[in-house]
Amino acid sequence: MSTTTAFFTDSTLCIGCKACEVACKEWNGVSADGFNWTGNSYDNTGSVGHSTWRHVKFVEHAPDAGLGGNNAELASWVFSSDVCKHCEVAGCLEACPTGAIVRTEFGGVYVQPDICNGCSYCVVACPFGVVQRNKEDGRAFKCTFCYDRQKVGLHPACAKACPTESIKFGPIEEMKVVAKDRLEELRARGMDDACIYDPTDTSVGGTHALFLVRGDPRQYNLPPHPEAPTVYTKAGWTSSAVAAGLLLFGSLFAFLGSAKR
Amino acid sequence: MSGHPQDRPTPEHADWARENRLFEIRREAERKGYVDADTLRVAGAPFPKASPATGYYGVPLLKEPQWSWEIPPYFFVGGAAGSAAVLGLMANWVGGDQELARDCRLLAAGGAILSSALLISDLGRPERFLAMLRVFKPQSPMSVGAWTLAAFGSFSGAAAFAQIAADRYGLPVRLLGNIAEAFSAAAGLPFSNYTGVLIGATVVPVWNEHIRSLPIHFGMSGLSSAVGILELMGHENTALNTLGLGAAAIETLEGVNIEASRKPAVEPLKQGTSGFITRLGGVLSGPVPVALRLAAAFAGRRRSMKLRKAAAACSIAGSVLTRFAWVHAGHVSARDWRLPLEIALRKKGLP
Repeated sequence: MSTTTAFFTDSTLCIGCKACEVACKEWNGVSADGFNWTGNSYDNTGSVGHSTWRHVKFVEHAPDAGLGGNNAELASWVFSSDVCKHCEVAGCLEACPTGAIVRTEFGGVYVQPDICNGCSYCVVACPFGVVQRNKEDGRAFKCTFCYDRQKVGLHPACAKACPTESIKFGPIEEMKVVAKDRLEELRARGMDDACIYDPTDTSVGGTHALFLVRGDPRQYNLPPHPEAPTVYTKAGWTSSAVAAGLLLFGSLFAFLGSAKR
Repeated sequence: MSGHPQDRPTPEHADWARENRLFEIRREAERKGYVDADTLRVAGAPFPKASPATGYYGVPLLKEPQWSWEIPPYFFVGGAAGSAAVLGLMANWVGGDQELARDCRLLAAGGAILSSALLISDLGRPERFLAMLRVFKPQSPMSVGAWTLAAFGSFSGAAAFAQIAADRYGLPVRLLGNIAEAFSAAAGLPFSNYTGVLIGATVVPVWNEHIRSLPIHFGMSGLSSAVGILELMGHENTALNTLGLGAAAIETLEGVNIEASRKPAVEPLKQGTSGFITRLGGVLSGPVPVALRLAAAFAGRRRSMKLRKAAAACSIAGSVLTRFAWVHAGHVSARDWRLPLEIALRKKGLP
């Protein structure tokens, strides 16, 4: 029986070194995604995608006007390493028509590259904008939760390379306790704006990648109410049945009417 | 920093009006985080600033749909073919119009072949199309759709094949053709509108906002285009006009519905290029054919057919535009970083 595992990414410990990005790319053999200046602080990676499975966000605030100009102490600059959330109810997994996307024995969501046919339906099913089709290759890619490494008892490459243990990895129950303890510790130190991001109260039903961030999670591009699109299917098929009924009975009556003439 | 002497005015020859303007600009930048100027549109702010008001620098959270150009035509062809199969069944058994039933079978089968080709060529790995039939996942509209297409293609193909075999070569396959036709119509019912569920059950805000109306909208759009194609082929059965009128009336309601909505997620259907295509498609598939078909219902036979053909052409064009409009709107919607982050504010000048 394998253990269900999780990441716990503690942004208060992140130093923005991007070791996780490099380690992930090297271990998984993911191609480079260009050297582009975004102008968004030191984040020149952009976002997670088919060739970026770890992405360090640089959340930078301007100093408040009139409160000391560019005084460095008043500006805030925090970093947070983003990754596939490995949702409990994963939109991509539910949407995949080929069964290429599966749940692993570790609780992660894994795209089997030998089955994916590149329909790209998972891309519009992910509430976190993680999975993406590689246009050159044709298939969809995302973080594998280092399934290969976990299989042989190793920690994912990003967690192993992280020099400050900002990225923690372990059994999910343990990670939840570690996260809670860390939050309490930070709160006790007066860091009132710290919070845990783990959307358990939405249709996503929680994740296998918890985050501890300071301030509003939205400034880290973490959505307040991510929804697995399976919540819409019932209403959709009901409407489809209505449309089918309109077509069936509409044409029945229309041809009944025309036959009489 | 040496530069031209005029760069560093000394108080005695300083132009204070211009100096004050510089101060004003600075104040504006400090206050708003950006400066309004005709030639300048700053994305976000001059100083990169993540905040609950701008999200993560306004970087979109969601990924844009990655379907290629084949998908809107696929939606159109599938809608018309699925509806044609149902029309064929009714024309055959209820309307007693064998000519129409035959053309419906051919239209359904032709559409099924074209649909499959479009769908397969859109795949990132077209040679792996059959992976779609590895599993059946009722929770995935794409899986349900792939199986529906497979069933629809098989049965409509068989019905058309039997039709040709019986008509041309006198083979005794009428019964087989009729059975295939019934199954083809059964598969055509969901096939004509499932694409509404397909795009509605996604994270793209403008799509999932309309999950309740999209299948009906796409279904009626498909019916209009099937009716239109058959009329342009020369069929004069009045049932077609009645159906075209009904479908166009429902399309008009859908247009009113979209225009009346004030939700931020609906913006791409009203603004910009996607808004323009939506409105153009909406007018062509709603009010215009309604008016033409109503006039046709009361006109003499010759004039009536002219009006119906005009309505048919409008409906077909409207139906094609509608599918492109919705896909385009989906792209715009996915790029809108405010929606998934639930940020209501839209400041002028911000992306």
